Amino acid sequence: MMKSIDDIRAQFPQLQRTVYGKPLVYLDNAATSLRPASVIERWTRSAASQSANLHRAVHCVAVEATEAYEQARDAVRDFINAPEREEVIFTSGTTHSINLAAYSIGQAFISEGDEVIVSEGEHHSNIVPWQLMCERRGASLRILPVDETGHILIDLLPSLISPRTRLVCLAHVSNVLGLVNPVRSIADICHSKGVMLLVDGAQGIVHQNVDVQALGCDFYAFSGHKMYGAPGTGVLWGRRALLEQMPPMFGGGEMIQTVSWSGSTWAPLPAKFEAGTQDISAVPCWVPAIEVLKEMPQDDALRDYIYDALTSIDGLTLYGRSSELSEKVPLFSFAVQGVHHEDLALILDKMGIAVRSGQMCAEPLMDRFGVTGMLRASFAPYNTMQEAEYFVSSLLKAIKMLQ
Amino acid sequence: MTLKEKQQQIIDDFSLYEEWLDKYEYIIELGKALPPFPEELKTEDRLIKGCQSRVWLDCEVSGGVLVFRADSDAIITKGIISLLISVYSGQTPQEILNDDFSFLDALGLKENLSPTRAGGLASMIATIKAKAAENE
Ligand SMILES: Cc1ncc(COP(=O)(O)O)c(C=O)c1O
Repeated sequence: MMKSIDDIRAQFPQLQRTVYGKPLVYLDNAATSLRPASVIERWTRSAASQSANLHRAVHCVAVEATEAYEQARDAVRDFINAPEREEVIFTSGTTHSINLAAYSIGQAFISEGDEVIVSEGEHHSNIVPWQLMCERRGASLRILPVDETGHILIDLLPSLISPRTRLVCLAHVSNVLGLVNPVRSIADICHSKGVMLLVDGAQGIVHQNVDVQALGCDFYAFSGHKMYGAPGTGVLWGRRALLEQMPPMFGGGEMIQTVSWSGSTWAPLPAKFEAGTQDISAVPCWVPAIEVLKEMPQDDALRDYIYDALTSIDGLTLYGRSSELSEKVPLFSFAVQGVHHEDLALILDKMGIAVRSGQMCAEPLMDRFGVTGMLRASFAPYNTMQEAEYFVSSLLKAIKMLQ
Repeated sequence: MTLKEKQQQIIDDFSLYEEWLDKYEYIIELGKALPPFPEELKTEDRLIKGCQSRVWLDCEVSGGVLVFRADSDAIITKGIISLLISVYSGQTPQEILNDDFSFLDALGLKENLSPTRAGGLASMIATIKAKAAENE
């Protein structure tokens, strides 16, 4: 059942805190979300009374810890509607997930002269791992451009895909533009040409009901800390048929079947990709994090209000504009003429408002729009309309101070 | 005014404002009041390295004292460099080298800047000291 905003706010202890004697207005949710008491409690409980290594020992606490860890996998599988629990690989975050994917896909499927396509709107963690992989494998990177509003030019994709293209990498939702990419249509194009599709879901998982089967992608990566879960947790979901063909990136404990001097063999999925001791305290937090996420209402009124307010401020350029607001999440990046983004962020900070300024790990996109940085306000369902109004009036005041 | 008097003046001005927002307003005003900086002086060698926003500092020697001019594309940074050059312009290299820049601690500026700006402030100080050392 959807909860009221007061009930939701009461679950997040950090919403009670002040900065500089003012109530904290936290609008940097795309960087990391706040954590509800249930997640903090789950983390403390594992750390305080369920510390034991997984899968290895027979004693009581180890069994409890292993159960908690594997229940988290079930919860994630269910949440993203993955066909099989073994396809859910735990990582330390989206960055780890994509690096793992890039390494293992590279080894398994990419040879010299092959091509990988990434969109122009990607976060560095969906660019640099592919650059590294292409260098290693002698492959090359092709760029799918975005138009002046930030929409990817999907019509160009079919011609960008060559007989050597193996993979397309794309964000579900851009962390700068807040636009939901048409993953299903892109998956259809890719699959009609025998190309794999990896989706960076770091932002998408928070705002969309993600069903990996309906999306039709082959890999989906995301982080726990952006969706009310524990920092240092992440997931790489992939189709079993592909994961089975991919070699591990890390070798070590738990990921092997047999080890001998003549060679080693790998454990079955998912252990093959989970070498070494995992974050045994943090992973169980997926369960309460997903519960909280499911109860969150999506407040379109707040999104529409901010969109209208920002697009009517003189000299303000909003990136990721759209005539169809249903394809935009409440994440707004903009630049104000004659005002440096960091100045704005500093002034807003002193007013109690936490926003992000700078390149937002998307330098190629900053270059595309010819700016050195932007200001980003990203909202979560625990942000109220009053906070939204306070943000707009504070922004106007800050612009006036700075211009 | 001596160097110490100029510094005390700024500390006094700053203490008039209780809220950091008001202190920022004061810094912004300093930035806006800075005389225009000639475009042709915006050269690579005048750029202060280590600042996220761009800051240019020009230094000339005139009658034994250093004369600084500066600019930045971010107004708060511009206010901060303005504050620095209002103190150190007109002083001899020796006076600058003998100063410990501790008046900035009295302002509490560093703690109230973002880490990137605090790093930028350190670079500005280092550049002013380097100019003094070059012209000693
Ligand atoms: C779209 C996108 N991809 C990847 C990442 C990287 O996530 P993490 O730092 O949790 O690994 C982020 C987070 O900033 C993101 O917004």
